[in-house]
Amino acid sequence: MPRDIPQPEVDEIQSLIDAQLHLEGPLLPILHALQDAYGIVPVAAVPLIAAALNISRAEVHGVISFYHDFRSLPAGRHVVKICRAEACQAMGGAALADHALARLGVEWHGTTENGAVTLEPVYCLGLCACGPAAMVDGKLLGRVDADRLDRIIGEIEA
Amino acid sequence: MKIYVPLDSAAKALGADEVAAAIAAEAEARGLEIELIRNGTRGMVWLEPLVEVEDGGERLAYGPLTPAEVPALLDRTLDTLGRVEDMPFFARQTRLTFARCGLTDPLSLADYQAHGGLSGLRRALGMTAEAVVDEVKTSGLRGRGGAGFPTGIKWDTVRMAHASQKYIVCNADEGDSGTFADRMIIEGDPFCLIEGMIIAGLGTGATKGYVYLRSEYPVAIELLRQAIDIARADGVLGSSVLGSGRSFDMEVRVGAGAYVCGEETSLLNSLEGKRGVVRAKPPLPALEGFLGRPTVVNNVISLATVPVIFEKGAQHYADFGLGRSKGTIPVQIAGNVKYGGLFETAFGMPLGELVNDVAGGTASGRPVKAVQIGGPLGAYFATADFDTPFGYEEFDGQGGLIGHAGLVVFDDSADMLHMARFAMEFCAVESCGKCTPCRLGAVRGVETLDRIAAGDTGAVPLLTDLCEVMKDGSLCALGGFTPYPVLSALQRFPEEFGTVKEAAE
Ligand SMILES: Cc1cc2nc3c(=O)[nH]c(=O)nc-3n(C[C@H](O)[C@H](O)[C@H](O)COP(=O)(O)O)c2cc1C
Ligand code: FES
Repeated sequence: MPRDIPQPEVDEIQSLIDAQLHLEGPLLPILHALQDAYGIVPVAAVPLIAAALNISRAEVHGVISFYHDFRSLPAGRHVVKICRAEACQAMGGAALADHALARLGVEWHGTTENGAVTLEPVYCLGLCACGPAAMVDGKLLGRVDADRLDRIIGEIEA
Repeated sequence: MKIYVPLDSAAKALGADEVAAAIAAEAEARGLEIELIRNGTRGMVWLEPLVEVEDGGERLAYGPLTPAEVPALLDRTLDTLGRVEDMPFFARQTRLTFARCGLTDPLSLADYQAHGGLSGLRRALGMTAEAVVDEVKTSGLRGRGGAGFPTGIKWDTVRMAHASQKYIVCNADEGDSGTFADRMIIEGDPFCLIEGMIIAGLGTGATKGYVYLRSEYPVAIELLRQAIDIARADGVLGSSVLGSGRSFDMEVRVGAGAYVCGEETSLLNSLEGKRGVVRAKPPLPALEGFLGRPTVVNNVISLATVPVIFEKGAQHYADFGLGRSKGTIPVQIAGNVKYGGLFETAFGMPLGELVNDVAGGTASGRPVKAVQIGGPLGAYFATADFDTPFGYEEFDGQGGLIGHAGLVVFDDSADMLHMARFAMEFCAVESCGKCTPCRLGAVRGVETLDRIAAGDTGAVPLLTDLCEVMKDGSLCALGGFTPYPVLSALQRFPEEFGTVKEAAE
């Protein structure tokens, strides 16, 4: 199922940009505000940001593409993040990650065909004393095992 | 009756919100008057959610608590762990930086002051900038973000720089696996960081602060923003700090998921709204930092340790520790351990004591094989290195680093060749791309390790050569230190790379 790409009005984008312009170094706050509002940084925002900050479109694009957080395509309805870093690996995190990839049938950053779940890697959630760690739609989870993950995925997949 | 349920991310990840909701519902159903306080964590993560009940002058701990146990908790029939202060893991610590964390309501300025908060700031307000910086120098405080650079000397450079605007930038990017001290103190005692940043402002002449906080820490972001608003409303922050006529204000900026943005120059670029690529040094950030102006960049723990130094006196702090590693270090015990969490102790405790006694060995019950210290750029230590005392110079002498003081323990099922490969893979994913040894070296490193894994031991010298190039030629410690985990794994566990020990050394 193709995911609809939000097409916000120019005025709306502009007002989100303008609200951050009083800050020193406003670009990251602008990008976060857009992504919070639309789930993506809309392509239409790039020239508006460039004009507002008096930088080139290429520079804006360069910044967006540098950071792992900013998306140009919307995520699925639910986002599962699994920690791949060392402390979680010490507790079986790699096997959990492999299980999630297989269970959802996606690659990292991929979304299931029905558009329900996107799987993202994350390198440490600061839950390293209770790994393996995961985050599902913003909710933090510690000591996750394959069974618990299956149950959670089962709930959100529907 | 007061009931404390931690709001700390780790406690939440283990069900603290569900427990808090169950307590509120059960108390309401019983018509019981309780004060439910969401505190920080006491740092004993294996016991989370660790709930404390304060009643009749006694504060007792229960945990790990499940919602099903809540009725028994309110009946006061549940078995208690006793007072947190008497529990061995806690009683052995020297809590200076984390003295209030988990004890107080993180968003109560009154509670903060009742436990010594703001007394350091009041003292600093009566001192000259030079005296403030001298106090930090005397304390011996060194940067807790990784490099261990003396904090007072960094502040002095900024103090003496002439500029109409200077900045204090707090590095809360905490990307290292196995570390969570920054997150814990921000969630558990945010005013402590705020107070430290204000004192840094007084010492250097900076009036504006930024906390660059990673997006992976939503709880900390929300809490620190609330704490800043409260501090501003109560006149701790703003145009006249505590009525002194001196101004300092600060805000939170959220990162966007790039490990390299923890490197200070990359962080400054990111804060300015640029790609988070590393800047060549010189110029030092202290002279040309945020927007080209003099800037202190300090780790959260460095800054959050400043209030207690001013409250208790620099000498009090410096009297703890070992050699040039003065004071205390919040060791973060993580990975495959029985007792994981935060353990603040004076520098000098041997590594083996931390791993075997304090952490209680592995969670799996299998033998400890390796300990990675200092995050993804830190070396793997073996049990043979366990008598190394926890100190900057002592770890350096073993070809390692303390970094942000995270210990990640692995049991004997760990595959060290795989861990070495992961270090290279991580460097490849996170490289900012500015310098070739890091950008390309890491990719070649993954390939070379795959060759070794396939049985081609002839590739081992190639790997060591590559590591030399990355060490010498990289612009920052991402490429420069990735060889630490790789080479330490190779040297300490040569049989896993198909070579015998002699050949690797
Ligand atoms: C790749 C890389 C990542 C880093 N990540 C962090 C970090 O997350 N937090 C931090 O405080 N320092 C980090 N550092 C160290 C900083 O560059 C800098 O030394 C530190 O913020 C200075 O503060 P301190 O003197 O208080 O330690 C990192 C360095 C490198 C090379
Ligand atoms: S390593 Fe997974 S949460 Fe830190």
